[in-house]
Amino acid sequence: MSNKMKSKTVQLSHGGGGKEMNALIQDIFFSEFHNPILNSEEDAALLNLSGETAFTTDSFTVAPIFFAGGDIGKLAIAGTVNDLAMMGAEPQYLSCSFIIEEGFEVSKLKTIAASMSQELAKSGTRIVCGDTKVVPKGCADGLFINTSGVGRVLHKGISVKNIQQGDAILVSRDIGRHGAAILMAREALSLESELTSDCANLWPVIEQLIAANIDIHAMRDATRGGLAAVLNEWAVASNVGIKVEESAIPICDEVKGLCELYGFEAHDLANEGTFIIALPQEIAAGALEIMQRYGHCENAAIIGTVTDEHLGKVVIKTPWGSNRYLDLPHGELLPRIC
Amino acid sequence: MLALKSLYQGFRDPKTIAKLAEMIAIEAAKCSEPINIMEVCGGHTHTIMKYGLNQLLPENIKFIHGPGCPVCIMPKERIDHAATLASLPNVILVTLGDMIRVPGSKGSLAEFRSKGCDIRPIYDPLDTLAIAIDNPDKTVIFFAIGFETSTPMTAVLLEQAEKRNIDNLLFHINHVLVPPAMDAVMADPKATVNAFIGPAHVSVISGAKVYRPAVDNYHMPVVVSGFEPVDVMESILRITKQKAQGVAELDVQYSRAVTEEGNLAAQEKNEHFFEIREDFRWRGLGPIPNSALKLSSQYAHRDAELIYADRLPVKEIDDHKACQCGDILRGLANPKDCKVFGRGCSPESPLGSCMVSSEGACNAYYRYNGV
Repeated sequence: MSNKMKSKTVQLSHGGGGKEMNALIQDIFFSEFHNPILNSEEDAALLNLSGETAFTTDSFTVAPIFFAGGDIGKLAIAGTVNDLAMMGAEPQYLSCSFIIEEGFEVSKLKTIAASMSQELAKSGTRIVCGDTKVVPKGCADGLFINTSGVGRVLHKGISVKNIQQGDAILVSRDIGRHGAAILMAREALSLESELTSDCANLWPVIEQLIAANIDIHAMRDATRGGLAAVLNEWAVASNVGIKVEESAIPICDEVKGLCELYGFEAHDLANEGTFIIALPQEIAAGALEIMQRYGHCENAAIIGTVTDEHLGKVVIKTPWGSNRYLDLPHGELLPRIC
Repeated sequence: MLALKSLYQGFRDPKTIAKLAEMIAIEAAKCSEPINIMEVCGGHTHTIMKYGLNQLLPENIKFIHGPGCPVCIMPKERIDHAATLASLPNVILVTLGDMIRVPGSKGSLAEFRSKGCDIRPIYDPLDTLAIAIDNPDKTVIFFAIGFETSTPMTAVLLEQAEKRNIDNLLFHINHVLVPPAMDAVMADPKATVNAFIGPAHVSVISGAKVYRPAVDNYHMPVVVSGFEPVDVMESILRITKQKAQGVAELDVQYSRAVTEEGNLAAQEKNEHFFEIREDFRWRGLGPIPNSALKLSSQYAHRDAELIYADRLPVKEIDDHKACQCGDILRGLANPKDCKVFGRGCSPESPLGSCMVSSEGACNAYYRYNGV
């Protein structure tokens, strides 16, 4: 049986369960994701798990599918691997489901699969099971990917409810890049820029922190809703106040400029390779050094502290001494009118 | 390429802001009466609240947040017009930014979009042209909103549609004017406003000259200000100095973009394509004579308001009775005085105009204030 994909675009027949589907899966997915568990092609993957295990799932529907600094495939791997890493878990096995719109270009699908494969290698994670559906034209926007993942918990006790008064709040790099890159890539906001998404696998830096025995109280990747959403969730979940220094938050010039132009706040913009961490004040400087020196987080910074004032709220202090609440972002991000 | 850094650099210097605060305090101490400054434009409200500038000022300087947010002032019946048009078969409704969040009597445009209506938010009105060209079998309706700032962009869109014979593009015009809104605020005998911060972007188009009548009629300072923290603080200082000296003058702090005469080419376009409406109802403020524009009669063939007149609802719909937006916009009440503030009325489910847009006074108070 020939397993070569002959068509240049995905047809409904590629989701039909027959020869064409077999060709698509073999030629594109198996050739990139191959490993003994996946190759066994059983109804379910047989895994060896021991100890406390983290389990997560996420669906990816980004538009455009290719953006500066990544694509939907890289995002689908990094996103799920990062959710595991944020619980102190070493990512091990992933599942992957594709929902493909009829007519999607096969060459693009190959590029995306290759990008996923590269991202998997960065954390030694494997895709061990999956699913492919093809839906009629108009029923999906090109390609949707769902990934689920399991990982072995190496650092226990990390929780949104575990933030304590006196903790330091650190951010791993400059914020808002993914949201800004996606906005710039959209047709309506046609801007020229060198800006790239921060989309990246965070396990390598988390592995360093865990190896150094850093006492992590809470950790979260600041995805949709950005820094503002994470800090607000933490303040409520742990019933603490969080105070951040605006001047300490790293933001690159291009993100700042985009925010000025369109009336956005960098704190509200999504990230895909940036995390926030809460840990005891006395070890904050040490943790920062590990992140910067061994975790390629050159712009990591201590941005705030956990207090007993304004419980459940996040207060941001301006460089000129006034304070305001940093609210949760609401609604879709739309440019201001004037 | 535009150096994005130049948009804000230098205008947020903490030392400059602290020095301006100190100078304002010195001048304000010379004033025997409170200084009640209305920032007409929602952008300034946003700057003041977001950067906590009000916390840096002496107690005798108060802000009154004006009616200058194009989203906030849109009455429900006009949003119902947009929703009705969007619900017609084969229609694509296009509008600017966060207009789609504002609730009409039957829901917001975002809710109508979720029911299957083709409603597209855009940043640049000219994007509407491409939508009309790409969808020749549909009628594309541009729901035009905004003050003098955005009116010329609608005019250019209309000009292009005419030049290129794009026949499937119609307009529903809701452009409004700043000076009549200032007059409406001052017409209330209880008004406490005694100085204005003039809008930035509006003045780039209209020129500072449009505020001369306000300076003369109400004998109060009008300082046209930029949107950065240093701009706003410097404008407050200029107002306070005038107050301390007992003078009332028109002053342009935002001189890097605003002239006395404004953008004459844009003004010419506005005059060609639009006429003054006799009356327009403002959300929160009610009807204000000569405060809005409509399409010139020679472009009646593009006027969705005329073409679909038989289908558009005519009933005027007020905000919730408990809502005090009118008083807040006139400076007679503070957002926190309103009984429904933060309870029945929040950014997620706004009852009144001031909570609707991110530039509304109640919205800004809800998000930033009270620390």
